[in-house]
Amino acid sequence: MSSQEDKVKTLSETPADCQAGQGSGGGPFIVLFFIIGFVASLVVGWVIFPKVLYSQKSQPFDFNHRLHLEQVDDGCQSCHFFREDGSFAGVPKLEQCIDCHEDVQGESEDEAVFVEQYVAKEREVPWLIYSRQPNCVFFPHAAHIFGAKLECRTCHGDTGTSESLKPYEENRITGYSRDIWGRNIAGFKSNTWDRMKMDDCAQCHETAGIHDSSVQTGRDACFVCHK
Amino acid sequence: MKQEQTQHRPKRYGMVIDLDKCTGCGSCMVACMAENNVSFKKDESDKLLSITWMRVYKITNGKPFPDTDICYIPRPCQHCAGQHEGHSPCVSVCPATATDYSRETGIVSQIYTRCFGCRYCMAACPYHARYFNWWDPVWPDGMEKYLNPDVSPRMRGVVEKCSFCFQRYQAAKNKAYLEGRRELEEDEYQTACTQACPAGAIVFGDLNNPDHLVHKMVDPDLKHGGRPRNPEVFRLLERLGTNPKVYYKSGRQWVRKAGDNYLPGEKPGADMHKSHS
Repeated sequence: MSSQEDKVKTLSETPADCQAGQGSGGGPFIVLFFIIGFVASLVVGWVIFPKVLYSQKSQPFDFNHRLHLEQVDDGCQSCHFFREDGSFAGVPKLEQCIDCHEDVQGESEDEAVFVEQYVAKEREVPWLIYSRQPNCVFFPHAAHIFGAKLECRTCHGDTGTSESLKPYEENRITGYSRDIWGRNIAGFKSNTWDRMKMDDCAQCHETAGIHDSSVQTGRDACFVCHK
Repeated sequence: MKQEQTQHRPKRYGMVIDLDKCTGCGSCMVACMAENNVSFKKDESDKLLSITWMRVYKITNGKPFPDTDICYIPRPCQHCAGQHEGHSPCVSVCPATATDYSRETGIVSQIYTRCFGCRYCMAACPYHARYFNWWDPVWPDGMEKYLNPDVSPRMRGVVEKCSFCFQRYQAAKNKAYLEGRRELEEDEYQTACTQACPAGAIVFGDLNNPDHLVHKMVDPDLKHGGRPRNPEVFRLLERLGTNPKVYYKSGRQWVRKAGDNYLPGEKPGADMHKSHS
């Protein structure tokens, strides 16, 4: 009986001895490898991956919002207007620009590109739209501008006073604009216009307490923003 | 803000289909498919694969000539309210919150990006109004340019169904906001099938609004889940207690009787009060 107990004792001790022996031998290297690996994965995840994830595209030519805003009477809605049926026109078509831009004005290169490449050839400008939402989203501008009396700035930031267009960054996996996820890869935001995700819509809808029509969630029904 | 919203009278959008007017032409099915970007299959007769948000069924009274009679029953999603508002068969079983019931409109929604295709809702639906996408939708070359931009196309692996053309409600609301209104007129929001029906058999509107034709036709008993007071109006499988918002109207008793399962010799509507008390 006692010999069996001894056997068990020695058996249970041996692996522990082995581990202790290895640990004291390779300890500093393991810690070093761990730190190197940890730092490497942090760099890959937070710096390299976001860079690889988004492709940078430039607009057909540059556009100065500030300059145009000074020229028009009705603010943003002078060019980004509502149609009679309540739908939002979004980015202006050539038709709206052509009144002033039939001939080259000023000396900027972008103006020359616009007039020669697009106005003269009657070609629509293939603008890349920063705030384009996924296909399943229905965003009624009318409800937010006339109903909730929001400013354009609340979601679009200071685009109206910008002097040049930033590069358009497209998510290579989803094909969506980076403005939807936001600049901050961790998803933090300090301004209301930093992100345009569903959470951001929901956050505002919840604080305003607008709807509570959903049976499932007690919040906004899905068929308010989805189509 | 909240108070202002809750003071709005909630809507109960619903439909009345006059089966004595329906000729079974199928215009509603075509209009629905075009409006809602429903793709079609190589073999549409394969009912395991084909998707028909609106489907016209044919029934007969089974009698020999000259007493033989047929009736066509168009069947969209019935937008059941359930025993209490929102306890629809499909909504109560969805584990993904992909299908939902809106207390504001009474419409049962389906969010395709949220659905993961477990098909519980299809099993729960007593009307077979839900369809599963076994394949990605395919349109003939160039036809994708004719798709409705207001309706998102579905992908393989999700369930879809009639939405009462909700995109038209959204568009009508847009116009109302622009004009500083919150309420919609009856003719501003109409479904595609309603407008396509050449016989005018389909009527659509707010069942809560006494000025709307649907309310006048049905005279719904709102205390009893919207049960029709008009004796010529009935609902499919009334006694299940699903309280659908699609009503059918017919002057023929055998048609009204076909709307539910009855014992031999039992008359339709005879025990309605018993089953609901």
